[in-house]
Amino acid sequence: MKLRGRILDVACLNRFTRVVTTISKLTKVCVLRLTPDNLFFVLSGKVANGGIGMWCELSQANVFDEYQMEGVSSEDNEICLEVTPENLSRALKTVQSAKAVKVKLTKKHCPCLTIAAELPTMSSTSRVVTHDVPVDIVPRRLWHEFKEPSMPDFHVSVYLPPLKTMKNVVDRMKNLSNFLVMEANLIGEMNLKIETDLVSVTTHFKDLGNPPWGDDASQDGGPSHSREPEAMVQARVDIRKLQQFLMGQQVNPSKAMCNIVHERVVHLILLHEDVSLQYFIPAVA
Amino acid sequence: MDCVVTGGNVKVLAKAIHSLSRIGDELYVEPQEDGLALRSVNSSRSAYACFLFAPLFFSRYTIPSGHTFRCKIAIKSVQAVFRSLATLEKTVEKCHIELDEQKNHLTFTLHCKHGLMKTHNLSFQDSESLQAVFDKDSYANVFRSHPRLLVDTVVHFPPSLEEVTVSVSDERMWVRNHVEEEADQSKAMLTELCLASDEFDHFAVQAHNSVTFCLKELRGLLVFAESTGLPISMYFDEPGSPIVLSVTDSVLEGNFVLATLSDDHNHRKNNTKRLVDKLKCTLPPPPPDDFMNDDIDAYLIAMDTSIAPGPSATCLSTPPVADSICSKQSAAANHRTRLHSEEEEEEEEEEYETADSGRPPNKKFCSLFFGSVLSPSSQMTTQPVTSQEVLASDSEDDVQ
Repeated sequence: MKLRGRILDVACLNRFTRVVTTISKLTKVCVLRLTPDNLFFVLSGKVANGGIGMWCELSQANVFDEYQMEGVSSEDNEICLEVTPENLSRALKTVQSAKAVKVKLTKKHCPCLTIAAELPTMSSTSRVVTHDVPVDIVPRRLWHEFKEPSMPDFHVSVYLPPLKTMKNVVDRMKNLSNFLVMEANLIGEMNLKIETDLVSVTTHFKDLGNPPWGDDASQDGGPSHSREPEAMVQARVDIRKLQQFLMGQQVNPSKAMCNIVHERVVHLILLHEDVSLQYFIPAVA
Repeated sequence: MDCVVTGGNVKVLAKAIHSLSRIGDELYVEPQEDGLALRSVNSSRSAYACFLFAPLFFSRYTIPSGHTFRCKIAIKSVQAVFRSLATLEKTVEKCHIELDEQKNHLTFTLHCKHGLMKTHNLSFQDSESLQAVFDKDSYANVFRSHPRLLVDTVVHFPPSLEEVTVSVSDERMWVRNHVEEEADQSKAMLTELCLASDEFDHFAVQAHNSVTFCLKELRGLLVFAESTGLPISMYFDEPGSPIVLSVTDSVLEGNFVLATLSDDHNHRKNNTKRLVDKLKCTLPPPPPDDFMNDDIDAYLIAMDTSIAPGPSATCLSTPPVADSICSKQSAAANHRTRLHSEEEEEEEEEEYETADSGRPPNKKFCSLFFGSVLSPSSQMTTQPVTSQEVLASDSEDDVQ
């Protein structure tokens, strides 16, 4: 297994750092998968994670100027590491001004992802800073747990309102209740509702638009074929999980969507240039 | 005591107090002939800081005649007087510090614009003298740099990081975080930064040593130095002997003295919370009994560095004291010197060599000792650390 990459472009470094920082706000530990073309940050939707699933994909070429990767074997040409994204984020944040950043898989006291950078200084010699981020190698037999999640059979898909607005709303709702109901319909309307013994609050969003998934999509498919466009599809989720998702966003997405499977799962998708982030929040009774 | 600070110096005084607050909870105030000394020490006695403001810093400086006056005040109270630095700069014209011995008050009066006066009466407690003996000029390694260099170095380490290790060779300085032995080695992130000698204004290495000390307490000095733009001088010797960082200008001198880990291969003792050695000042041999009693006038140490013996010498000269402080462990400590050599290639691989040399046991805990009263239990030395780990050189070997 071998990994050596160099990041020379400041904008790429910056973007990569922001992606990693977003991931670090969503989960403490995740799996980093490296293939010849892509990087994936994966959190499998296990009960241990509270059922939260996350899948973040970015193309390696938009991060590294040089990239050499040799996987576990030639058939399984990828590397799978368990990493604490916060460490990675911290390391990357301190080297933003570097002329060049090297990322290497090394074996120090344990397997590490080493971030080494040359920082500009007033003197002739550069300052070199090295961060060794410890990682755990994920054995091949567990790789199946970190495959790309399949698109759920959603009932409704809708574009999200501006994330900042959503965050403000959810932040205030969190003070009143632990659970929030997200509902949306096929005419671009979405509601965020909370209900307690004393009070119920609903925030209505209109004219959001529905992403055109096309005929293949399960939207309108199945028994809900005759679903009325105004009918709301809903899922009740733990408000903290939604809040965590909204809090962590460092990048303004070019597209933000939400797919809801009635009373099963909320699937959030953010797209920004070549980076895609999918986040699954399970519904609770 | 009667002092007046005017203009921009009020802000300097405030900043000094804020940086002292990063060390300990109490501010020790001692007006001396050569200036006003403000000192602080942390609870485990492993960090000490002192700012000495010369009489010229003040527009008026009178000290109590006859008796020496010393007191300590809760530092939070003093910080409250100088709370907002921005406001101080804009509105305070002068600060008058006056001692009211009858009422046990130290009065801080801020004369502000538009005739506004803010008076703070702070009660103080009489205190013993808090002075550390250290002879920074005798230390083997001396450096001086603009504070920006150190601030830029420290930014690479998380704010929660406790200890860093600084190692030097003739041309370079390495700063890396120190991971405690018990902490999960495999989970700890290691950060290392390498500075070249030409980044410093002065870089004099006589001994290729590595010292480990607590970073948190240092940040107070860095903030002070950066805002005043004064260069920071760094002095250290061998592990176990404290590291001293100072800032000086014509009217003030600030010294931050931090204990460093001493090398010891023996098993660490019970208390593992703080790995740093306590700072202790040894004295010309007192009768062992007095050591334990509560007589606050028992110890007074002259701050005169020219006559203060170097730490190791005093330790050896006071065997009864040394025995009670020093660990009961008998094995000799090994002194590890880390030599760094690098090859000039793009990969920048570093090789580490270690050399062992024997050391007499007494030297382990030779450091400074304060004259202030310490209860016997707090005298117990801190746990020595087993050998510092050597980082393996980079390798692109198969990781399996």
